[in-house]
Amino acid sequence: MGKKVSRRKFLTYTLGGTAGFLASGVLFPMVRFAVDPVLKRGAGEQYVDVNLTIDQITETPRSVEFTVHREDGWYVPEGGEKLTAWVMKDDNGDVVAFSPICKHLGCTVNWDSNPQFKNEFFCPCHFGRYYKDGTNVPGTPPTSPLDRYKTKVENGKLLIGPVEKA
Amino acid sequence: MLKAIYDWVDERLDITPIWRDVADHEVPEHVNPAHHFSAFIYCFGGLTFFVVVIQILSGMFLAMYYVPDIVNAHASVNYLQNKLAMGAIVRGMHHWGASVSIVMLFLHTLRVFFTGSYKHPREFNWVIGMLIFFVMLGLGFTGYLLPWDNKAYFATKVGVEIAATVPFLGPYIASFLQGGDIVGAQTLARFFALHVFFLPAALLGLLGAHFILIRRQGISGPL
Ligand code: HEM
Ligand code: FES
Repeated sequence: MGKKVSRRKFLTYTLGGTAGFLASGVLFPMVRFAVDPVLKRGAGEQYVDVNLTIDQITETPRSVEFTVHREDGWYVPEGGEKLTAWVMKDDNGDVVAFSPICKHLGCTVNWDSNPQFKNEFFCPCHFGRYYKDGTNVPGTPPTSPLDRYKTKVENGKLLIGPVEKA
Repeated sequence: MLKAIYDWVDERLDITPIWRDVADHEVPEHVNPAHHFSAFIYCFGGLTFFVVVIQILSGMFLAMYYVPDIVNAHASVNYLQNKLAMGAIVRGMHHWGASVSIVMLFLHTLRVFFTGSYKHPREFNWVIGMLIFFVMLGLGFTGYLLPWDNKAYFATKVGVEIAATVPFLGPYIASFLQGGDIVGAQTLARFFALHVFFLPAALLGLLGAHFILIRRQGISGPL
């Protein structure tokens, strides 16, 4: 204990410490309350039967609509939230289900919707393009391939789950 | 580190004289509980302000989740209280603080009354204090409707009917408060606006005037 703490310093520290303790007692619950959604991101995993048998799936992407249960805070949409998947078989015959959400800035892509770009996924917002295997066409705005939904096959029918994290 | 940041800002903004002027003045012996313990009654005004600060902070945070709409209001309060971390605490701060702030305000008023501090030259600050009192009652009244449960609904009905008994003007006051003929969607929306925008703004303005007058006139002398 070499250096001496002056009376003034001691008082400043004790008063500051007490004030800080009281202020954090007030602020902690409120800040924790405000950031709660950040700490609860992406909970829950559900697989939905989309009413499609495996042999109905071809090499051509088809748009499949399905609904998932969604709790938006205190608001729970009746019948759930509508989602779309582009479902097809790849070259190995495996089922893939692409998310239609553009990897540029989140618009919705469509298969073969622009006559200029045949057999590609096309995003109208900034002309983002993807090849049939979901890979983004170099030189167009998207910077990565389309996300894929996780899929399962049960009794010959397709189940679609959450989007796979890249 | 903190000192360096402070010095950097102070060098450019010269804030030291400002807070010196606000904070650096002697507490007279007769209002200092360290000298006479009974002087704690002089703390009630400051404590009222402290609780008001808590109301404003907790209210701002509640407003991150609360929705002033008759379909969703109760569900959003239920959600913020039961599904969110610290929800019961933050709502509890606002809920109990609403009563505590009015109790503290009342105690402060009693102190001013019994020490005779309302007399000339401080009569104007008594008037401002009364306006603060009515604004605080207004905050309590409008806030009470917001959870949109049975208690909220019927308390507001009762309050509106009391207002409706004012001679001649009553019915007009009632439809102004309700924003229509019934306590309903429009009532909730306007009570929310009054509760979070109009009345807090009025309160802050009045508190500013209250504190400026206290600095100008000083605290009243010993009995
Ligand atoms: C002195 C100031 C204030 C008083 C006396 C007061 C009073 C009240 C009361 C009595 C309630 C009903 C609470 C319950 O029954 O649980 C309430 C709710 C509410 N207040 Fe305030 N309030 C004040 C300031 C504020 C401010 C400044 C804001 C926002 C900027 C605010 C936002 C809210 C919200 C969003 C609710 C609804 C949430 C709930 O009911 O839990 N309040 N207030
Ligand atoms: S959002 Fe799809 S190209 Fe920009």
